[in-house]
Amino acid sequence: MKAHGTAHKYGDNIDTDVIIPARYLNTSDEVKLASHCMCDIDETFIHKIKPGDILVAKDNFGCGSSREHAPIAIKACGISCVIAKSFARIFYRNAINIALPILECEAAGERIEDQDEIEIDFDRGIIHNLTKQESYQAQPFPAFMKHIMEKGGLLKAIAKGE
Amino acid sequence: MGMSMTQKILVDHAGLSEVYAGQLIDAKLDLVLGNDITSPVAIKEFEKHQFSKVFDPEKIAMVMDHFVPNKDIKAAQQCKTCRSFARRFHLTHYYDVGDMGIEHALLPEKGIVAAGECIIGADSHTCTYGALGAFSTGVGSSDMAAGMASGTCWFKVPAAIRFELINSLPEGVSGKDVILHIIGQIGVDGALYRSMEFGGSGLSSLNMDDRLTIANMAIEAGAKNGIFEVDEITISYMQERVKRPYRIYHPDMDAYEQIITIDLSQLRPTIAFPHLPENTKTIDEIDERICIDQVVIGSCTNGRLSDMRIAAMILKDKHVADDVRVIIIPATQSIYKECIRLGYIDIFLDAGCVVSTPTCGPCLGGYMGILAEHERCVATTNRNFIGRMGHVSSEIYLASPAIAAYSAIAGYICGK
Repeated sequence: MKAHGTAHKYGDNIDTDVIIPARYLNTSDEVKLASHCMCDIDETFIHKIKPGDILVAKDNFGCGSSREHAPIAIKACGISCVIAKSFARIFYRNAINIALPILECEAAGERIEDQDEIEIDFDRGIIHNLTKQESYQAQPFPAFMKHIMEKGGLLKAIAKGE
Repeated sequence: MGMSMTQKILVDHAGLSEVYAGQLIDAKLDLVLGNDITSPVAIKEFEKHQFSKVFDPEKIAMVMDHFVPNKDIKAAQQCKTCRSFARRFHLTHYYDVGDMGIEHALLPEKGIVAAGECIIGADSHTCTYGALGAFSTGVGSSDMAAGMASGTCWFKVPAAIRFELINSLPEGVSGKDVILHIIGQIGVDGALYRSMEFGGSGLSSLNMDDRLTIANMAIEAGAKNGIFEVDEITISYMQERVKRPYRIYHPDMDAYEQIITIDLSQLRPTIAFPHLPENTKTIDEIDERICIDQVVIGSCTNGRLSDMRIAAMILKDKHVADDVRVIIIPATQSIYKECIRLGYIDIFLDAGCVVSTPTCGPCLGGYMGILAEHERCVATTNRNFIGRMGHVSSEIYLASPAIAAYSAIAGYICGK
């Protein structure tokens, strides 16, 4: 599995309230959720991203509320992967459970800048920064999480006949 | 190396003899919880994948608390989805308008959670039940759906930090000040992926409401869970409420990655400034007049009876400042009723406050107290993120019910 796109860079402690504010949680429709993604921290986000682009942040990405609407909104607006120096744990498991690829990588979260061109090799956990001509090694997924991702999410992985 | 309380609970629920930090396990669940925001997403997944039954209708709790009584048509639809699901699968613990409360105040009060249990909830403040000595953690809607179908959940076994509490709290300082002090000290990711375990001789000075408040905000330090050692106070609380056997776990003291001693007697009223719970100052460190527009006293963090009592004692025969809107929300029907019986509601109304039936409402910027541009609010809630309670330029100051009540009267943040 590979991903390729432009990086959109944010800082520390990006919480799920700014990823998808509670005033929009009266729906679980992913297209509607995607239309408000990141709006409280960056109104331009939804207009500037292209399918396949990559969201990059520093520490504790996705902290706060457990709302799965946050990774759902990010995935539904076409982001192919979230890279951060560290993730809040509920966001981390929610992303795995809905098969939104995420990578924890100190160097990538630090070095990647907004608009850098990024290519990711998920099997080896390698992040290539084509703009800076650098590579960063992230932890590849453990087999168990990889299985969930490949099945397309937790529910698909445990559903009958799988 | 020994095991923490959390690890011991996980070992038993995974059917293993030992676990180590970082190990991936599947554990059996004693309770799966959801609310009116997170359950609809779980139900959609549950139905999409054609699960035909729930693992145990007595071990699923669904509480309509975030946007009820329904704030708009979409919120009404979400509750309707939950209600139909609860009826179809005969869920024992479905709570709707009339008998609901804010989930994390309601479940302990009704004895639905107990020591030694393994609980997941599609709400980040599910960590509250650690106050009773349970392993309890927030998850997402997919986990809730999978939990309802299978009765199990995958976990990465957490390492643990112990908070050794010594001495007792001074007058006017409460559980909220303890947890804000700790978050200020270790930061919003200071306990990331770890358990926060509380024990020590100071425990006996903390009542159950204080402990529920402290465990509730473990997530604001990034923790997987917060958990308290069980003592006579916990047992007496559960005796009145829990009608089934429960199990008490004690930690091995060599299990901890770090031990932090908290001298309760040294703590002061503590306030978290915008826009992170770690931006704390004690009341004595505030050297400017911070004028406020609104006060909210309530939420899963501080909407319990002792919180209402403190607010009532301070607001008795007083009036809130001009231009300050004060919203008080007892967290459950039973607390609401007690507030009426004890005369607290009269005190609040006479002081110029409004009192709402239980709801999460303003805490997450849902309804019932949304902030306008540049407005400031002192709230006894748990998060002061950008835009959490309304406009992105509004500001939330997190504090105890005492500070909130004093500030309501003064019109600016103050401690007396």
